[in-house]
Amino acid sequence: MFRLAIQMLFGDIAKYLMLVVGLFFATFLIVQQASVFCGLMRWTTSTLRNVPAPIWVVEEQVEQVNETNPLRDTDVGRVRSVSGVAWAMPLYSGIQRVRLDDGSFKTVQLIGIDAASLAGAPPRMLEGNLESLRLPNTVVIDELATARLSPVKGGRLKIGDQFEINDIEARVVGICDADRSFTGGPYVWTIYERALQYSPPQRKMLSAVIAGPVAGVEPLEAAREIQRVTGLRAYVTGKSGGDDENFAWSTIWWYVRNTGIPISFGTTVIVGFIVGVAIACQTFYAFVLDNLRYLGALKAMGMSTWRLSAMLMVQALTVGCIGFGLGLFATAGFARAALENKQPPFFMPAVVPAGAFAVIIIICFLAAMLGIWRIARYEPAMVFRA
Amino acid sequence: MPDFPDTRPVAVETHGIEKSFGDGAAKLLVLKQVSLTVCKGEILMLVGPSGCGKTTLLSIIGGTLRPDCGEVTAFGQPLHRMRSSELTRFRAGHIGFIFQQFNLIPTISCAENVAVPLLIAGVRSSVAIRKARETLGLVGLADRAKDRPGFLSGGQQQRVAIARALVHEPPMVICDEPTAALDASNGEIVMNLLAGVARSGDRAVMVVTHDNRIFSYADRIARMDDGRIIEVRDAAAGHGRHFLHELPH
Ligand SMILES: Nc1ncnc2c1ncn2[C@@H]1O[C@H](COP(=O)(O)OP(=O)(O)OP(=O)(O)O)[C@@H](O)[C@H]1O
Ligand SMILES: [Mg+2]
Repeated sequence: MFRLAIQMLFGDIAKYLMLVVGLFFATFLIVQQASVFCGLMRWTTSTLRNVPAPIWVVEEQVEQVNETNPLRDTDVGRVRSVSGVAWAMPLYSGIQRVRLDDGSFKTVQLIGIDAASLAGAPPRMLEGNLESLRLPNTVVIDELATARLSPVKGGRLKIGDQFEINDIEARVVGICDADRSFTGGPYVWTIYERALQYSPPQRKMLSAVIAGPVAGVEPLEAAREIQRVTGLRAYVTGKSGGDDENFAWSTIWWYVRNTGIPISFGTTVIVGFIVGVAIACQTFYAFVLDNLRYLGALKAMGMSTWRLSAMLMVQALTVGCIGFGLGLFATAGFARAALENKQPPFFMPAVVPAGAFAVIIIICFLAAMLGIWRIARYEPAMVFRA
Repeated sequence: MPDFPDTRPVAVETHGIEKSFGDGAAKLLVLKQVSLTVCKGEILMLVGPSGCGKTTLLSIIGGTLRPDCGEVTAFGQPLHRMRSSELTRFRAGHIGFIFQQFNLIPTISCAENVAVPLLIAGVRSSVAIRKARETLGLVGLADRAKDRPGFLSGGQQQRVAIARALVHEPPMVICDEPTAALDASNGEIVMNLLAGVARSGDRAVMVVTHDNRIFSYADRIARMDDGRIIEVRDAAAGHGRHFLHELPH
């Protein structure tokens, strides 16, 4: 019976292709846009992955990692003295300008870490030596910076090359792998004191205190204690903590609430859904109308409405799966290009294709229901009146 | 009173059937107290002017339509009291359908078309296809089993449809204008097949037709006008032509 359904479907090549193409576009729009959105949201939390630390302590009002509201220098000591805290180090994080030889400026995300412990250093060094950061006027840059800050177009900075941050010399002693920042600028690490020299002076310069718990204490526990004792905001990283305790989630939610990003991407996803519904429902309905004579004859010959409905469901779900598969395949092609380019942002957690599949199934279900509604109303006696 | 002359067993019997369409002022009484018996082993033709209710009566006897009142008993079962799911099951088991426009599914092969009633009955696909090929052989189309219906002539398509109507060996076959779309010689081929079906299989065959070229194949001819049966004539070829008048109850 299902073979019959499939053959009827494939027999009408024009409508079959139309259905597949409609669902393909719906899938592509939904998965691609949702993934770019997720990628963009992931970019907002890049600093948390590039500057690893179990606990981030920031000013009370700070809700997201890209926003800095400086602390007092004494706050490092206050955090360090909280029970359950094993270590606490100062962190500078700010956007600074690099002047290239041709006179143009590039912005970079400057990170200043504690010289002794090097806490907050990039997790994956590709070249050079992290310890060399303790030498005068040295920086570690990410891969993006090697191209972006190169004095010649198409060239790459190497270890030993120099550039200037706010007119102060910086010598490259290491190259690391880092996630791209939300603002698009590359990451540059140096030690805390030198970061302050590179930056225009302000009354308070400490962006955050990064800390770790003593063995046996959960970061979340320690963070709550820091918050209680110091009155500062302490976030955890990684997977633990609720949306207002985990810095990554807090950051993402901040962008969701305070920017138009979700609306613009959400709109495209909804457009994808509408395109899918419109094309699938209208084409499938036309398909059912075209075949009404035959479906009606089947009904007259004693096929129950249930089985006819099952046939229509099988037909709709078949085109749904094929369209979804092709859409996902196309998205994979897009993803490869995006990931190779590191641009545009692309991140596809499993929930995106799973959700898109659910959406496509819902679309097909609606389309099939439309056909079922039509065939259920069809009186078997009508078959003599075609 | 029985409305048939001989001792043939009854296949379907209707009593005082009424059927109307529409509501209120637009209400149209299409069947008025129709009583008719169809016997096993005969070809009963239903003739009459356009719009007199032939197709409506055929639909009720075939279990695709329910009467407003009156009784339909088919093979001992009261169709007028069945729920629609029961009627569906009744049709699947008892009725072979032949339509004026064949209604063969164009995207599947002839054999697969013929197999449909078996698939509806839940027969395994491979078994159904084998049986379908055999049945196609009976209508002389064994070599076209793999072709799609669109490649066949109208007469051949109607023969495929006959195979489809017979493949599950239903005790009754109903046909609405089976020869209207065919030329004379194809019409004859089709009617010869149907006559064979009725006589050999002890089946009841009911044919609605306008086509006076095929009247000679009838065992009896029921004439309708304006929603009533006005006469039933015993027309068996070679049996002489004596008329049997039948009045509505
Ligand atoms: N579903 C319906 N709704 C409304 N009216 C209907 C319906 N079915 C049939 N009729 C009407 O009932 C009357 C009888 O129709 P029917 O099809 O039974 O006639 P017929 O004798 O088969 O005619 P023909 O020889 O032209 O096929 C017609 O006037 C027709 O318009
Ligand atoms: Mg008719």
